[in-house]
Amino acid sequence: MLIRKAPEIRYSEVTPKQVYLNRRRFLAGAAGLALAKGEAAGAKLENLRKSEFSTNEPMTPYKDVTTYNNFYEFGTGKADPARNATKFQTEPWQLKVEGHCNNPKTYDTDSLRRLAPLEERIYRMRCVEGWSMVIPWIGYPLAALLKQAEPTDKAKYVAFESYYESRQMPRGRYAGIDLPYREGLRLDEAMHPLTLLCFGLYGDVLPNQNGAPVRLVVPWKYGFKSIKSLVKIRLADKQPSTTWSISNPREYGFYSNVNPQVDHPRWSQASERRIGEFFKRKTLMFNGYGEHVAPLYDGLDLKKNY
Amino acid sequence: MASLLRSRWLKPVVFLLCLLPLGLLILRGFQGELGANPIEYITHATGDWTMRFLLITLSITPVRRIAKQPDLIRFRRMLGLFSFFYGCLHLMTWMWLDKFFDPGEMWADVVKRRFITAGMVGFVAMIPLAFTSTRGWIRRLGGRNWQRLHRLIYVSAAAGVVHYYWLVKSDIRLPALYAGILAILLLLRAPFARRQAAVRAGTASG
Repeated sequence: MLIRKAPEIRYSEVTPKQVYLNRRRFLAGAAGLALAKGEAAGAKLENLRKSEFSTNEPMTPYKDVTTYNNFYEFGTGKADPARNATKFQTEPWQLKVEGHCNNPKTYDTDSLRRLAPLEERIYRMRCVEGWSMVIPWIGYPLAALLKQAEPTDKAKYVAFESYYESRQMPRGRYAGIDLPYREGLRLDEAMHPLTLLCFGLYGDVLPNQNGAPVRLVVPWKYGFKSIKSLVKIRLADKQPSTTWSISNPREYGFYSNVNPQVDHPRWSQASERRIGEFFKRKTLMFNGYGEHVAPLYDGLDLKKNY
Repeated sequence: MASLLRSRWLKPVVFLLCLLPLGLLILRGFQGELGANPIEYITHATGDWTMRFLLITLSITPVRRIAKQPDLIRFRRMLGLFSFFYGCLHLMTWMWLDKFFDPGEMWADVVKRRFITAGMVGFVAMIPLAFTSTRGWIRRLGGRNWQRLHRLIYVSAAAGVVHYYWLVKSDIRLPALYAGILAILLLLRAPFARRQAAVRAGTASG
């Protein structure tokens, strides 16, 4: 049995900060300015609660989590976002909560972050492309925000939208997908305690390439459901259309639950490569979160509703 | 220029240049510079270079004619064999590091995943070309038959482009670029092919 000790040391101290700051400086070129940016991006998030939802699997190194990203607004290569998002302006920021709710409201990052106690959640993340990571996210359940909005009876779904501005994200033009990026969940999925409104990782605020300043993390679904750089949350009565299923409905469905039995038309989803590992491992149903989320899908044909 | 192309030193130099992509890949590997997913990096790098070498090989004939540098022909076989070499590395990466030589899984992929089917067609089409690349085989097959057989490179290059196009998720710029270059290289052959056909018709009637 694995006995998990609560780490007394902060991860950001374990990964020598100078190492990744140097890297950022190197990547950004203009040394002094970039370093200042790096410091700003490295702001710590304090007083994090532990979570029973956290896995004790070894975490993917900070460097890999922050240099291997899908964020098409900053380029379609895996290393592109880390290179191209360095100047992304995330302050001031506004997240609008609207739609079928009694309390529509616009939040700035600060008021949003203070809305509920921050927790560290170490989640598995499985990308639809067949790789996976283990990431110590920081945030609180999205339910906390949605409860404050007070969804009305009409609200059955939640639609999410990312920031998109072509001057800040000139490479978005070549993404080949419709931007701004849109995602959606059923209301009960969005209210599920595993669904995280996320502000940071590895003890610090989110780096730009990971979806600063606020993103979603839905650990039992393929990574593309965990929308980055959120600007809009809309409570909806109908199933919202989502970017990847607009782009290719046969390959990407609305649910996109991690499911080793339902292949992507172009590749198998039965196994995955955990970043940092040589051999592939079996992909788990609902990415291993079945005991928590399987009841959400009772009676639903998961082959049809992929 | 012509004397340079005929120099006996040039061939080993080009040979070494062709090994450079592999050398850089190995070097980056030892330096831990292949990114978070090194196997994906290796797969993409070897695939890219297979495609590039196929296009470079296919450019020899039109460039020879347009630049009036017939000596370029000395390099065509070597470049073609390097396409095959990088193709083998690409295939081996997939067979070993992705499928771990599981024959059932590999077969399932080849028949089920159309981008892998296309890639496999492209690779298989290169095998007879590599096999018959020697002077002995040109003699045995006869020039005309040998040339006919080696038109399979068009199949390989086209299959490579399709393989790439079917693989990407949404950003099709690179496969489109390769497709464009291939189209240009094929179009440049058209006037010559027509002339040749006319000559052949002429000799037949005369």
